[in-house]
Amino acid sequence: MEFWIINLLNGLSLGMIFFMLTSGFTLILGLMNVLHLAYGSFYLLSAYLGFTIIQRFENFWLACLLCLLLGALLGLLIERLVLGPLFGQHLPQALATVGGAYFLTGIALWIWRGNIYMLPKPSFLEDSVPLLGFFFPTYRLFIIFVGIILAIGLWLFQERTKAGAIIRAGVDDEEMARAMGIDIRFVFSAVFILASALAGITGVLGGPILGAFVGAEWEVLVLALVVVIIGGLGSILGAFVGSLAVGLLQVFTVALFPELSYFAIFAPMVIILAFRPQGFFGKK
Amino acid sequence: MNLKPINIAIFIGATVLFLAIPLFASPYYVDLITKVLILSIFSASVNLLLGYTGLPSIGHAAFLGVAAYTVGILTTNGFQNFWSNSLLGIVSATLLAALFGLICVHTRGIRFLMITLALGEVIWGLVIKCRHITGGEDGIVGIKRPHHEFFWSLVGISNFYYFVCIVTIFTLFILYIIVRSPFGLSLVGIREDEERMLVLGYKVWLHKYLSFVLSGLFSGIAGVLWVYYNTYVGISSVGIMLSTNGLLMPILGGANFFLGPAIGAAVMTLVENIVSSLTTHWLMILGLLYIVVIVFVPNGILGGISDKLRGKV
Repeated sequence: MEFWIINLLNGLSLGMIFFMLTSGFTLILGLMNVLHLAYGSFYLLSAYLGFTIIQRFENFWLACLLCLLLGALLGLLIERLVLGPLFGQHLPQALATVGGAYFLTGIALWIWRGNIYMLPKPSFLEDSVPLLGFFFPTYRLFIIFVGIILAIGLWLFQERTKAGAIIRAGVDDEEMARAMGIDIRFVFSAVFILASALAGITGVLGGPILGAFVGAEWEVLVLALVVVIIGGLGSILGAFVGSLAVGLLQVFTVALFPELSYFAIFAPMVIILAFRPQGFFGKK
Repeated sequence: MNLKPINIAIFIGATVLFLAIPLFASPYYVDLITKVLILSIFSASVNLLLGYTGLPSIGHAAFLGVAAYTVGILTTNGFQNFWSNSLLGIVSATLLAALFGLICVHTRGIRFLMITLALGEVIWGLVIKCRHITGGEDGIVGIKRPHHEFFWSLVGISNFYYFVCIVTIFTLFILYIIVRSPFGLSLVGIREDEERMLVLGYKVWLHKYLSFVLSGLFSGIAGVLWVYYNTYVGISSVGIMLSTNGLLMPILGGANFFLGPAIGAAVMTLVENIVSSLTTHWLMILGLLYIVVIVFVPNGILGGISDKLRGKV
């Protein structure tokens, strides 16, 4: 019983980190049809920066704030300099973001010399708390809490605000939205920057669990791809369910069948591709 | 298929030129050109999908890598026959393509890109995890080029160059015949207008699938040459960078031209060689190169030249 509860909570917390990473990714993909292949590098650079800030100033929240800003800034730069000139050309945009990924990873290599760091947890979240009769790491509970808040926030934003309605209109029918007088390019930029900021802050929040190392950028990206393929393009709900499913699968296969752990996330992807190519919550 | 005399003349001229290179170039450059030739086969195989069929695959290192690892594993486990090892390498790449094709060929555009990228990473992870077979991150060392098994020894730089050169010319010639055949033209038709081809009665899926499998086969040929060229096979030969470079090279050279991939491979290898000798920050420069090429040279070098020429006329 203990085994199941501990792993369930571990899987949920890992899934929540995946959700933080994929919710922005899937929004960009659904709304703009842009495959943002530099997304993982945003995570990597933020995780490294977060590590340095925590080392220097010993302030977790400062690291969160600055990495949020770093993500937004990187998003702004990529959007203006790389995606802007290629507006509407989805394939060249995707390839250009590969260039962005290499460039940013190159910067990370230059500054942090390819070192491997686990980000420290903030001191007040280092302990374990008793829960349902077991001791459970506070930080993992904190991550689950943040993930739920983010999910509710994104859902409210999409369903209950005017900005969300505009984004939904843009996903459903871009031309019609434009005909209604919506400045779709501004919406694209805003969503892109918002999503990039999410990747930035996840660098700090996920860093204590996923780590900061060169190579993490593609691991994170492939994970986002798998979740999006499982959940369906552009669906926040799909990203949420997909992330939790992948997180739980990964934790339980590592615990039960460590030999197969690597296939745990790819097997469902291949099955989904074969039987429901649009993903669980994807349209068409 | 008709071969124009001018094309035959260019073909023979180029063949003679390439075979003459070791006579006047230093071993260092002969070695470098060997690399360019192998990458030409690889990027041409990617371009069969990208340029002719309109399918952008970002996971082709999987096919090159599987062929390379097959040869590496066989040679270091006592199987020394050059022919059977090479054949098995190519067969394994082709089989993998036949398998992956089933999963991804029915999609196109961004989705195709996503799925090929994810599938490529599956192979990458597999190679890392199966440490006892593949050597994990260390790779497989000590793969010898054939010395006695072949008609002539391939150990020396010039000898190996001649071998790669002949294989490249032969492979590209076959590829040329394929893209100029009715099959190749139907692929272009699918790239331009899939629905129309469907209505015209073409088996669109089957054409795309065959194109994918063929592309895997040619990547496999490149993979076999690659492992004998490096005498080593490591994790980078199934890595994402080789996959994305395989896609950038045709675009850089001109994806709408048969020799675009080869030109792209040559330019990219040259740039990498020069930049790496000047700075250790090749990854940053590579990133910039991607962006510059895609934003400013979208039709590639050959595309740019032909636009210029047409503009003048």
